[in-house]
Amino acid sequence: MTAIRTENLTKKFKGITAVNNLNMEIMENELFALLGVNGAGKTTTIKMLSCLIKPSEGDGYIFGKSITKDSYNIKPIINVSPQETAVAPNLTVMENLELIARIYGNDKNSSLVKTKNIIASFGLGEVQKQKAKILSGGYQRRLSIAMALISEPKLLFLDEPTLGLDVLARRELWKVIKKLKENMTIILTTHYLEEAVALSDRIGIMVKGELKIIGTSAEITRKANAANFEDAFIYISESEAV
Amino acid sequence: MKISAFALRNSREILRDKLNLAFGLGFPLIVLLLLSAIQANIPVELFAIDHITPGIAVFGLSFISLFSGMLIAKDRTSSFMLRLYISPMKSSDFILGYTLPLLPMAVMQTIICFIAAIALGLTISMNILLAIIVLIPSAVLFIAIGLLCGSIFNDRQVGGICGALLTNLSAWLSGTWFDLSLVGGTFKKIAELLPFSHAVDAGRAAMAGQFDMIIPHLIWVIGYAAVILVLAIYAFTVKAKSDNK
Repeated sequence: MTAIRTENLTKKFKGITAVNNLNMEIMENELFALLGVNGAGKTTTIKMLSCLIKPSEGDGYIFGKSITKDSYNIKPIINVSPQETAVAPNLTVMENLELIARIYGNDKNSSLVKTKNIIASFGLGEVQKQKAKILSGGYQRRLSIAMALISEPKLLFLDEPTLGLDVLARRELWKVIKKLKENMTIILTTHYLEEAVALSDRIGIMVKGELKIIGTSAEITRKANAANFEDAFIYISESEAV
Repeated sequence: MKISAFALRNSREILRDKLNLAFGLGFPLIVLLLLSAIQANIPVELFAIDHITPGIAVFGLSFISLFSGMLIAKDRTSSFMLRLYISPMKSSDFILGYTLPLLPMAVMQTIICFIAAIALGLTISMNILLAIIVLIPSAVLFIAIGLLCGSIFNDRQVGGICGALLTNLSAWLSGTWFDLSLVGGTFKKIAELLPFSHAVDAGRAAMAGQFDMIIPHLIWVIGYAAVILVLAIYAFTVKAKSDNK
């Protein structure tokens, strides 16, 4: 089944085109990495697909539902882990998770059950009663992703999930993300190219608001005639950006 | 369910900030103690405990604006809010979620103010209960001002506007510290056009048992509260869209 389909998706801000005629299709349970240098249009694309902003032209469909006409029915089946850690600072780990579970329609009991389960699977047990603001960066990031998952979304947007984490914490999160992709569609944005290569099924590279290439890391490297994916990314980004 | 979960989160955020509690409860009580001490040494009718208490209660409510404004302004600039905007929450869920926990806090603050006043010599009567009820629209008014400021300004600006400007404005123009007739002229006219003196006068009328005087003052407060609440909902909705661009 198709998880995401966009048709000429375009966003303009005061005459500046941030995303231009985006056409792509992402399948269910696929992990798709959306790459590009700063200002390429990744965040704007994600904001449109998560119904945060409306497109100027075109449309996008999440599991067949229009982002312009049916956002009310899309919101319960998507979730996001924003680039910056998105937690309520004065709430404990448990309270943060229960809050999101209840906002997504779970009653008190099922929220508690889901909270306990996700605390166990994310290794948050030892900090579950600590306030979010005093957690380490790694724990905060884990909590932030756990909050995105507690609603059991069919589509998850992971925006720079490992930004600022040390190498051990990053590898730990990679394991979590690999497990997740068995059950949900994930859109990953990252500046760490090795992360995109290691985790994603397919990669799309955006340059100046346009999706320039789409494929597996090996396909993109081959098409760009490059020695490795990093060289391919730089070649595509620079040659099209000039 | 969404509203109650969000309201619970907001009350936890506010109550766990000790500075909030210190200012919200402590400051009005200190002022009450101070004015009672002045009254004990140099009796002034204005500072008589039954006269000053409604004014101090209204002054205390201005800190509720600071709490609500700061919370919304901080939320708006955080990634946490981005998460909530993407969730199935609607604008009305947000506004109610912010308002509902603040209303009992405001009423509790008013009750504590009156309990302190009783300890300082205020005679216990049913009029105290009436005054507390009469001050509820004022609580809504100050919550709405906070919602509006928090929706428009950032947390530093809210600190200045609600923390310094509003608390002073509501204090000076409420007739709590001095009789507005003593200044008279344009100052008195401005004070009468604003809701703060009416809020205090409604409370004083309740305390004095002048029941027919309550409604004319309360209409001003309810009118301002309704208009500012509508403006706050509109501002929040508009800013939510522009914050995400």
